[in-house]
Amino acid sequence: MPGSEKLPGPRTSRRFNLPLLLVLAYTALLLVAPIVAITWGALSAGFGEAYRQLTSPDALHALKLTLFLGLAASAVNAVLGLCTAWVLVRDKFRGQVFMNGLVDLPFAISPVIAGLMLILLFGRGGWLEVLPEVLGIRIVFALPGMFLATVFVSLPFVIREVMPVLRHLGTEGEEAAYTLGASPWQAFWHVTLPAIKWGLLYGVSLTFARALGEFGAVLVVSGGVSGLTETATLFIFRSMDDRNYIAAYAMALVLALTSFVLLMIIELSKSKMKER
Amino acid sequence: MTTPASETLGPHSVTRKLHRPWGKWGLRTAAATYLGAMILLPIAAILHAGFEEGLSHFWQSITEPIALQALYLTLLTAGVTTLINAVMGTLAAYVLVRSDFTGKRILNALIDMPFAIPTLVTGVMLVVLYGPQGLFARFFTVYDIEIVFARPGIVLALLLVTYPFTVRSVQPVLLAMELDQEEAAYTLGASRWTTFWRIVFPSLIPAILTGSLLTFARAIGEFGSIVIVSGNIPGRTLTAPVHIFGLIESDNQSGASAISILLLGLSFSLVLIVDQLQRRKEARHARV
Repeated sequence: MPGSEKLPGPRTSRRFNLPLLLVLAYTALLLVAPIVAITWGALSAGFGEAYRQLTSPDALHALKLTLFLGLAASAVNAVLGLCTAWVLVRDKFRGQVFMNGLVDLPFAISPVIAGLMLILLFGRGGWLEVLPEVLGIRIVFALPGMFLATVFVSLPFVIREVMPVLRHLGTEGEEAAYTLGASPWQAFWHVTLPAIKWGLLYGVSLTFARALGEFGAVLVVSGGVSGLTETATLFIFRSMDDRNYIAAYAMALVLALTSFVLLMIIELSKSKMKER
Repeated sequence: MTTPASETLGPHSVTRKLHRPWGKWGLRTAAATYLGAMILLPIAAILHAGFEEGLSHFWQSITEPIALQALYLTLLTAGVTTLINAVMGTLAAYVLVRSDFTGKRILNALIDMPFAIPTLVTGVMLVVLYGPQGLFARFFTVYDIEIVFARPGIVLALLLVTYPFTVRSVQPVLLAMELDQEEAAYTLGASRWTTFWRIVFPSLIPAILTGSLLTFARAIGEFGSIVIVSGNIPGRTLTAPVHIFGLIESDNQSGASAISILLLGLSFSLVLIVDQLQRRKEARHARV
């Protein structure tokens, strides 16, 4: 942290630092102890047993489905989020403030309520009830509904992370490109995108992390057909219910480790973003 | 939008001339459709479902004893969580900005962890740690302490899930703060506590408030960790989001929608207040 070295007074002295001890104790109890516990829990019957549970067909299928949903939701939210961020920063039109206000709402909506909204829209008697019939697919209690739920809960990240970067970047680079005869697409691809790539990566990794861990919304719309519509989090939930604790703990450990890796990518892109 | 006027006037006119109108309208339409279909339409649907059977039915749904108890428990646990994390989060931000110690970077990264770890996994972790088969099970049974499947477990899960909010709201304000006043206080012989309480704390109040409102808004909607930890006993450990889930499962969509509307109204107003606070902060920055 800049500015913290040059301080005189009690702060730099190596005396007993009560606030620091309190914070370290609180963080250890709240964050570190649970991580140690889940590692202990997953490996309490031996590494082999945890591995066996994780490679069962149901577990593998759940992992694949989670990865697929995470990637699909990240892709959709990256592309459409980028468009939306561009429109909100560079465009000017009536209703822009309202649009900007809408973006944050998924963060304020409980995941269970998000799932309920989808059931109300696509379920029987819903406004879009005809859509599944026309398309010939099931939406609620099937994969498309889970996909929509995942997109919904992770929607704001890309927009919120790209917007400040785009605003900070200004339009000079793009202007220069236009003067040199570039098309809007070329200007975006060669000038804007390279300049905002760390901000975009930051947003996308947050989106992916959120999508991998989504539970409430997906639980509500999945209908719980094990093996068919079961994500990793739903697998954990069912395993806890079945008292198959090793499977639940092992899968929870896998998700926790994955989020650690994602967190590192997030920290990296954040520091790269600040360098600019 | 809050873009400075100089930025929007000059270069923008050039961009506008150069952009083909269909490209601009295409992007506008894409953004509007995306937000409209993904956010506006679902909210409209839940409002419709909640009020479809009339205001009296709505009122009946939210004043049912089980619903009232669930709402009370949600507000109570969220309130306790907000208070504890307002204090500890401010302290953590202060330590991260104003102290030097080994492992500071690790602590700083660790605080973001709850944003990355799935909340369901958080719940499972707490059950392993404090539950009946857990690490400290014997200790807790001897002293007859109930954590998991009781209210303390709910608060514990909420504390974990919302830990970063106050820290991340207070930290940048502390970083941007000039040190001369604090240094003057130290020179005049003030203790660290006096300096913090009289000099630092007053300028942190808006940031602490913002962090607390976000904490509260997050806490009243939390589901994944609580459904595992609380045991979900109606009237005792059933929170409002878990109650909504139960209503959906039993196919009572209008009841679920009514309670959802109540929670949404609460968290939307909190988000609006946060928005206002931030706008005021930006305005103050612009003046300076």
